[in-house]
Amino acid sequence: MSYQIVVCGGIAPDPLQTLEPVPGPALKNEMMLPHVFDPWAAHALYEAGHLAKLNPGAKVWVVSMAPKAKLQQVMMTVAQKLPFELVPLDGPPGGFTDSADVAEALAAAIRTIAGLDLSRLLLFGGWESATRGAGTTMQRVGALLGITEQFLAVDQLEVRDGGSLRVWERLEGGRQQVSLCSGLPAMLAWATGHLPEPPNHPPTGMANGRLLMPALQKAKPAPAGAGCTFLDVSLPKQIRQTVIVKDKPAAEIAREIVEWITQ
Amino acid sequence: MILVILETPISKAGLESLCCATKLGDTLTVGLVGAAAQEAANSIGGCGARFLAVEGEPYSVSRYATDAAAAEALIRASGAALAIAPCTHRWQRALPGVAQRVGGAIDTHAVDISPGSVRRWYYRQRIEVTLARAATPWIILREPGSGDPWQGVPAQATVERLDVTPPATRTQVEGIEAQAASQQTIRPDAALLFVAGAGWTKKQKDGAVRTSEASELILQFVNRTGASLGSSKSLVDQSGEGQAVLPFLTHLHQVGQTGSTPRHRKGLASCCHGEEPHVVGWRFVNERRAINLDPNCGWARGKADVLYVADAFEVLREAAKALGQPGAD
Ligand SMILES: Cc1cc2nc3c(=O)[nH]c(=O)nc-3n(C[C@H](O)[C@H](O)[C@H](O)COP(=O)(O)OP(=O)(O)OC[C@H]3O[C@@H](n4cnc5c(N)ncnc54)[C@H](O)[C@@H]3O)c2cc1C
Repeated sequence: MSYQIVVCGGIAPDPLQTLEPVPGPALKNEMMLPHVFDPWAAHALYEAGHLAKLNPGAKVWVVSMAPKAKLQQVMMTVAQKLPFELVPLDGPPGGFTDSADVAEALAAAIRTIAGLDLSRLLLFGGWESATRGAGTTMQRVGALLGITEQFLAVDQLEVRDGGSLRVWERLEGGRQQVSLCSGLPAMLAWATGHLPEPPNHPPTGMANGRLLMPALQKAKPAPAGAGCTFLDVSLPKQIRQTVIVKDKPAAEIAREIVEWITQ
Repeated sequence: MILVILETPISKAGLESLCCATKLGDTLTVGLVGAAAQEAANSIGGCGARFLAVEGEPYSVSRYATDAAAAEALIRASGAALAIAPCTHRWQRALPGVAQRVGGAIDTHAVDISPGSVRRWYYRQRIEVTLARAATPWIILREPGSGDPWQGVPAQATVERLDVTPPATRTQVEGIEAQAASQQTIRPDAALLFVAGAGWTKKQKDGAVRTSEASELILQFVNRTGASLGSSKSLVDQSGEGQAVLPFLTHLHQVGQTGSTPRHRKGLASCCHGEEPHVVGWRFVNERRAINLDPNCGWARGKADVLYVADAFEVLREAAKALGQPGAD
């Protein structure tokens, strides 16, 4: 089966960076912060790449909305990993946008992909972003594209003979729901999946690179508003005074911990 | 008027959403989705709400197509400007698509809902935001564990059933898989979260890697304390990279930026460095302690209340003695 897989994913500040909100709201020095491909969307992309590899003729598109210059930096790295075609949208950075606007832009971009058969689409994305962290965008994109088979926090996908999909979704309390979906189109918003980050593969990087720059040059502006009024945007106020306990025998520490647990 | 969307039977997270809605000072409609609604409605009959229901076998399972159809019908029939539901997997999957269908707005992971505003976290628990919206209907998914459950009296309820033709669906729910209780990840009912980090599988001061001893100590501790088991990303990633691993850990155990954000009252980290991408997952763990050999690890810098600078192998061995009950493993 020649799958057509569209992966939606934005970019996010590298999680090791210090974040500070400024009026807007926005992040202080946002354009200077190093960014990564949004982590859960990255898992979705690795799963898409894996599925495409196992199914000759399959193709992966990445639809991504972010400031063009930032997107270029991030995509140069991602492009080293697996084959895909980028559909970029030149939009605002960060999490202070509304998923309704973002979803409209993503769905419109997906509709313009030449040769894409929406009735056979496998729509992938991360289940939440590391920026807005709402977990609402992919379902909205699915709804806009008329996809009624939707899965959230997917950890595993098994493609079965005949093209049906068995999907494991992550529930509360470390449980998983297993569902069988008899066919496409379907939307899968991924949690961690099962695959590690693929190693860099220079020939893939070269092949992707040839398409990347022309695509980025043609990236359409995609405005997205907040959709709300931000009344307060602040860093958590709680600061802990850490007590550092050194040179205490292990037995004493253990007793202290057990006492604390049972309090 | 506020609509509270709940599945039947009503979960604790559902009762929390109901309790929160009753405090907003508006008239209430409860919309029930499930196999049969009457018993569930009676169980919360004392809340004084109007009851609507979409019931029947197709609505008894958690599935996007049927849940979205039910919730859409409830929102339209109630005419509510505000709809509240628990931020569980089921409603987080279904309601964003419903917001799209009804032209509404949606916020998830709300930790506080006041008349006209919502508080939630952005950037994986690193920035706290209070926001207001004008768009209606406004759907708010309330984070489980962030408030008290409704505790009123049961009463016979009058349920108005909506006739919703089950939508065509290609998805069949096969079942739920769960790990053994002792190894489960974020068991919300446990009092303690015990987090294992990659240090457990690193070379120790005697130059040896002691993975099987680490496994034994961790499981012993978790079993004897009834703690919920969590992990750092580095440790669960090792299985994907073919290194020595703790066989019972999977990505489901991962806490942090790309893992979960559990809500245990107490948390104990062991052999975990306490880096920011990990610790953002601890935002709702109030009392935090850590065991680490490194006095300059992340926990030392205001991320834990107490850092024990010690060998976790030794501390857990002693803890096992102090906890006793070897038969409990
Ligand atoms: C995009 C992205 C997303 C991420 N998401 C997450 C996430 O969701 N969750 C997460 O956890 N990480 C996440 N990370 C990774 C994070 O930055 C850290 O690399 C990771 O948390 C480190 O794991 P660790 O502390 O277990 O391991 P290490 O950093 O290897 O630390 C091991 C610790 O063990 C201690 N130690 C060793 N032996 C002993 C002993 N005998 N007794 C006591 N202490 C001992 C050492 O002193 C050290 O502090 C993410 C990173 C990125 C880039």
